[in-house]
Amino acid sequence: MSGATIGLHATSLLRFATAGSVDDGKSTLVGRLLHDSKSVLADQLEAVEAASRNRGADAVDLALLTDGLRAEREQGITIDVAYRYFATPRRRFILADTPGHVQYTRNMVTGASTAELAIILVDARNGVVEQTRRHAAVAALLRVPHVVLAVNKMDLAGYAEPVFARIAEEFGAYAASLGVPEVTAIPISALAGDNVVTPSATMDWYGGPTVLEHLETVPVTRDPSGDPARFPVQYVIRPQTAEHPDYRGYAGQIASGVLRVGERVVVQPSGRTSRIESIDALGQSVDVAWAPQSVTITLADDLDISRGDLLAPADGAASATQDVTATVCHLHDRPLEPGARVLLKHATRTVKAIVKEIPSRLTLDDLSQHPDPQRLVANDIGRVVVRTAEPLALDAYAASRSTGSFLLIDPSDGATLTAGMAGEAFTGAAAATAAQAAPDEDGWDF
Amino acid sequence: MTAFTGSDGGPYALPHLDVLESEAVHIFREVAGEFERPVILFSGGKDSILMLHLALKAFAPAPLPFALLHVDTGHNFPEVLEYRDRVVAQHGLRLHVALVQDFIDSGRLRERPDGTRNPLQTVPLLDAIERNRFDAVFGGGRRDEEKARAKERVFSLRDEFGGWDPRRQRPELWQLYNGRHAPGEHVRVFPLSNWTELDVWQYIEREKIDIPSIYYAHEREVFRRSGMWLAPGGWGGPADGEELTRRLVRYRTVGDMSCTGAVESDAATVEAIIAEIASSRLTERGATRADDKLSEAAMEDRKREGYF
Repeated sequence: MSGATIGLHATSLLRFATAGSVDDGKSTLVGRLLHDSKSVLADQLEAVEAASRNRGADAVDLALLTDGLRAEREQGITIDVAYRYFATPRRRFILADTPGHVQYTRNMVTGASTAELAIILVDARNGVVEQTRRHAAVAALLRVPHVVLAVNKMDLAGYAEPVFARIAEEFGAYAASLGVPEVTAIPISALAGDNVVTPSATMDWYGGPTVLEHLETVPVTRDPSGDPARFPVQYVIRPQTAEHPDYRGYAGQIASGVLRVGERVVVQPSGRTSRIESIDALGQSVDVAWAPQSVTITLADDLDISRGDLLAPADGAASATQDVTATVCHLHDRPLEPGARVLLKHATRTVKAIVKEIPSRLTLDDLSQHPDPQRLVANDIGRVVVRTAEPLALDAYAASRSTGSFLLIDPSDGATLTAGMAGEAFTGAAAATAAQAAPDEDGWDF
Repeated sequence: MTAFTGSDGGPYALPHLDVLESEAVHIFREVAGEFERPVILFSGGKDSILMLHLALKAFAPAPLPFALLHVDTGHNFPEVLEYRDRVVAQHGLRLHVALVQDFIDSGRLRERPDGTRNPLQTVPLLDAIERNRFDAVFGGGRRDEEKARAKERVFSLRDEFGGWDPRRQRPELWQLYNGRHAPGEHVRVFPLSNWTELDVWQYIEREKIDIPSIYYAHEREVFRRSGMWLAPGGWGGPADGEELTRRLVRYRTVGDMSCTGAVESDAATVEAIIAEIASSRLTERGATRADDKLSEAAMEDRKREGYF
């Protein structure tokens, strides 16, 4: 952050997530990104230098920049999703830093749920391992638009191009089979700093961007004009003041697509239609607004609309259903079993629901399916069928990450149990693989 | 993905401040839709001013559906209290004030030997939450402020003691916030979670938000303690041997006078402040907040006790 080149103008925002195992050097990569992009300030660096000295380390341990909670410092691992913030003159970044230990699939799912890009770290000496495949599967499952394969510790692999090429090819083929649209592979040494922020002097055979350059230039704006408009109503604004006696505004965040004044919309689940009369973009009257803007809209007709309703184009609404089939990641230490009475939160609507069946559990390492697992435990990925008490205007997660996702909540204590993605899990060739039942149960893999 | 390469090329691109603004407004509206008695913690500091600004936007043209709560340590800067009262009057808001002094007078709290009252805010805060049955409490905390806060959720569940257990926090996915809680429990909500100090200042500049004068460079009498410039006042400074001098200073954060330090600065406009921050070599709290320096795990411990 040198001088006033940063922050004086509007810029774009990229949310990304990292995944890698404890030993792949992920904390060092993140520390290096923060340190070399000059996002670490003097007092933070002093604290880390002091902590490094206290531990008897001879060099500054960049991993300490990111290890937040005492329990983690004691165990030397990260136990949860931590969010980090840094900026360059070109872009602002929010990093969901998720631990890669097998037990923490749910954390990577959490971090990936809001990410537009995922960095998957592998150790150049080990190449693509089970865990790498699991991370790729999570990124594919959560529909993270951009995936970066960071082949780390190239310094320990002689900075050799064939080593990198082999790993990049193997990973690329696997990701393609999962339906991941694109993979950018980058050879790095987080410890030495090669290709993280500064181009590597040693790996002159690599002509691509550094990790930071790629983060700065990857497209963050998805063209919303091709997506169906979805507007979950959060709150009805009724001032009932002398100035605004009859004002009825529907407040919410556009979940996908574009809204235009004059457009005909249908209110789901009631099915009534009207026309958008005005759009207020937080104090500015506009003719058009798009995801993810928070706006307030008024309609031409006086309809009975409340929180939980969803507005969609009259000719492009989601079909309402009470039978939800989805791929889920179970998050809670209490298992999920068929017959469980839960609450399902979708967009701004929360309805009662019953878990009807759990047809299969998915092994992320090889995408094999285990039929009829009886239950899902924490970190399991599986298919579930849920029956809801009321119809839901649910999209396929493949079509919309915001209106295709939901939570299952325990009505007794409010705990968040399960994260759900409606519809089919994978689009690539892997979908066919995943459809074949695997042989006998080979024990828990999480 | 054809026209949308590079940073901000596309017709549907949203500048980062608009993204953060829409996200914060979404959070305010979620709480309004799901809770009975929300309240905004309001200290008159820039983060709480920003929260109020965003909340007013979220519900316009209707009045704010929340009350404000100020936990007053009794050692606040007079400029900040004056600002607080002016804003409350201007928008016709309901303000609850919980006074640390009342708790000291009644013996429920004891003054600390070092005179700092920041850690004493927890008891009056929890008392006010319980007495008013607030079920959602908006705080201006940002995840970039401190390492323990990096793991804070947007919706942070607290037990009846206000306690925060990092291992018991609910996973938060997509934009789906789970606000369910048992009677007696409440949820702390942090609409500015994803903002950085720079974002806050940029937004203040963009929206032309009025903030207390002490954020801008001004001359005042200060003295040096633990490497910080502190202002004298009824809270007990300066002690013997601490010498008062006149300096041109401003405040980067506004809190209890006993532990909020000024930085030497001639930045008299928001633009100058932004330029100064962008080139600063110290993070916001490291420069100005003695209480966070107590130990590597200080903030984590205070959060567990029910602090903000």
